[in-house]
Amino acid sequence: MSTIAEYYFGLPLLLRMVLQGTAVILVLFPAAAACSMAERKISAWIQGRPGPNRTVAPFLAWIPGISILRNLGLFQLAADGGKFTFKEDPVPGHVNKFYFILAPIVSMIPALTTVAVVPLGAYISNGQLLPIILADVDVGLLAVFAVSSLGVYSIILAGWASNSKYPFLGSVRASAQLVSYELSMTLSVLPVFLWINAPGEHGTLNLFDVVQKQSGTGFAWDSVWFAAYMPVSAFIFLVALFAETNRQPFDMPESEADLVGGFHTEYGAFKWSLFFVAEYCHMIVGSGVFCLLFLGGWNPLPGLPLALLADWLGIAGVPLLTGLLGIGIFAGKVASFIFFFMWVRWTLPRFRYDQVMNIGWKKLLPLAIANLVFYALAIAVIQK
Amino acid sequence: MAVITVERKPLTFAERTYLPQIAGGLKTTLKHFFAPNDTLEYPEQRPAIPPGYRGVPTLVYDPHGREKCVSCQLCEFVCPPKAIRITPGEIPAADASAHVEKRPQEFEIDMLRCIYCGLCQEVCPEEAIWLQNQYSTTGYTRADFVNNKQKLYELGGTLPDPHLKWDKKLAAEQHGNAH
Amino acid sequence: MTDPRDLLFSLFAVFTVACALGVVLNRNAVASALSLLLCLVGVAGLFALLDAFLLAVLMVFVYAGAVVALFLFIIMLLDVKGGERKPFGAATVVAGTLAVGLLTTGVLTVARAATPAKDAPQLVAQNFPKLKDYAELLFTQYLLPVQVVGFLLLIAMLGVIVLSKRHEGLEDIK
Repeated sequence: MSTIAEYYFGLPLLLRMVLQGTAVILVLFPAAAACSMAERKISAWIQGRPGPNRTVAPFLAWIPGISILRNLGLFQLAADGGKFTFKEDPVPGHVNKFYFILAPIVSMIPALTTVAVVPLGAYISNGQLLPIILADVDVGLLAVFAVSSLGVYSIILAGWASNSKYPFLGSVRASAQLVSYELSMTLSVLPVFLWINAPGEHGTLNLFDVVQKQSGTGFAWDSVWFAAYMPVSAFIFLVALFAETNRQPFDMPESEADLVGGFHTEYGAFKWSLFFVAEYCHMIVGSGVFCLLFLGGWNPLPGLPLALLADWLGIAGVPLLTGLLGIGIFAGKVASFIFFFMWVRWTLPRFRYDQVMNIGWKKLLPLAIANLVFYALAIAVIQK
Repeated sequence: MAVITVERKPLTFAERTYLPQIAGGLKTTLKHFFAPNDTLEYPEQRPAIPPGYRGVPTLVYDPHGREKCVSCQLCEFVCPPKAIRITPGEIPAADASAHVEKRPQEFEIDMLRCIYCGLCQEVCPEEAIWLQNQYSTTGYTRADFVNNKQKLYELGGTLPDPHLKWDKKLAAEQHGNAH
Repeated sequence: MTDPRDLLFSLFAVFTVACALGVVLNRNAVASALSLLLCLVGVAGLFALLDAFLLAVLMVFVYAGAVVALFLFIIMLLDVKGGERKPFGAATVVAGTLAVGLLTTGVLTVARAATPAKDAPQLVAQNFPKLKDYAELLFTQYLLPVQVVGFLLLIAMLGVIVLSKRHEGLEDIK
């Protein structure tokens, strides 16, 4: 064990970074795929159906208990993946070929890049809590916003390159919608950073520091998560997150009722599936950011930080176990948040486009500004 | 014609935020999330067929194993889509039910034409043709969908009919009082 | 050229300039806008090489993320057809030459006025201000300029609204 660790830390920094990045992508990609299956199952259960539960690899069918996995659609997921990989990938004759093929590739870049600056958990080494993160930069959240805002280009490109009217309308909607909601989203997190950047502390936009401010023990002031202190911020961020990830009720770019399939009408097979993996990646990262900002990150309960739990379990001295515990708790929160995303999707009808714009500009944005002003004053008074 | 103008109440603030409605919707879907499934997993679980169901038309035997059909061709005549084609045949004198005189030599129902109206069953004087519970017809060719006599009896089976009309007729005839 | 930073700098610089040329030379308006996007990403990369992560991120966030998206939105809304752009006319050539001349003069002037030290990148990297320093300067020393620029943008926005609403009362629109 330790020799492997030594060997690993002996590798050049660049190689280590590449390995870590690859590892995260190798986790994120199947996780996004699993989300697609979760979506199908959750929609099925909400609609009183069993969902996909038939597929099983014939050479595994004899194993007792395999039917549990089969009923959860695990093999269906593999079959879907195989289908998307091997089925014919049509490129319609009227499209702008270069950009048409570029669009799904572009969609993957922000989806897989944002995760680099999101802490995925924390571990305790020598009594100190350290983040598990690919790139620990002090601009943290700003980088997430910056890179994820590039996600709109894949939709714009896809719609424009498809050279057909419904995809085009979808991409026009996407470009307006995403820019609109980005404003409210950014404004809604400002109170959080106003609070954690108290006078006299070093300035930071790092998500790890945000969680540290929610890691109080017992009934301390900082043991309550920010969702309780700043419910309006959390709410605005949540709504904007739905809009930014193109989820129902804000999935204007897709909007299959009025736009056939929206920006991906002309896409099929593997290219189509890339769009969807990207969408789910955005969802995962977005949920992660929400959990870090407002739901205490890897702290299991308000007032019960990770370090205390590790102490109780008696594993505080083992960095690997504490790391796994931290990642597990965080992943659990993200998973339940993704369930919430899907639950909302299969509950609400889609807004009309004018309603989306109204909510974005006339309701959410003024609310976000008022919220910011209120918290700026409140924080100024408290931290004086 | 009195027109009643319904006064549309302006939305309350809570309604305009959408939030109470969204919460209500989420509650409903969550209830359904945990409720048992409404679906029937078809090939393993079959639906309960109500009495009087009109499935695939079939031919039936009587409890003694005699074909009930006497090939009177009424069903062929009444069939609106002309799905039935009967080739009548004579019952040889050596047969136990030779007194019935006729039975179908061939009896074909084209299930691609059949509209499951049940007129054949309605019109049959012998109660020989029945629309039973069979509802799933499959095949690879058009010919697969033409049920011949053998298939029709396979699907139909025996009708537990206690009247045994033709046996009574035979007995009456043998006792000399035909009517 | 052994330092990977130098190599990366050359890469980003060539990439940025190539994309900038792409903006000007592309016949297709959407392709131009996308080149602009890549150009901005290249500039952000150059900032990142200088350890100015905040500038890099803001570059991507504001310009690449929002401004170019709006450009594309407008281009698509107005449906500017590719290939419709005329070849360079005389006026364009004159204006272009003038612009290039002015830019060269400006760059040369700045370069002559302040000769950078040989180890400038290291110096910059060491002294590059943190997030908080930016914020403090923006809210103290440069508060007035920031507000003035913001006000200018507001005026521009109002102007656009006024211009785009101009025809509302006219009969021929109805």
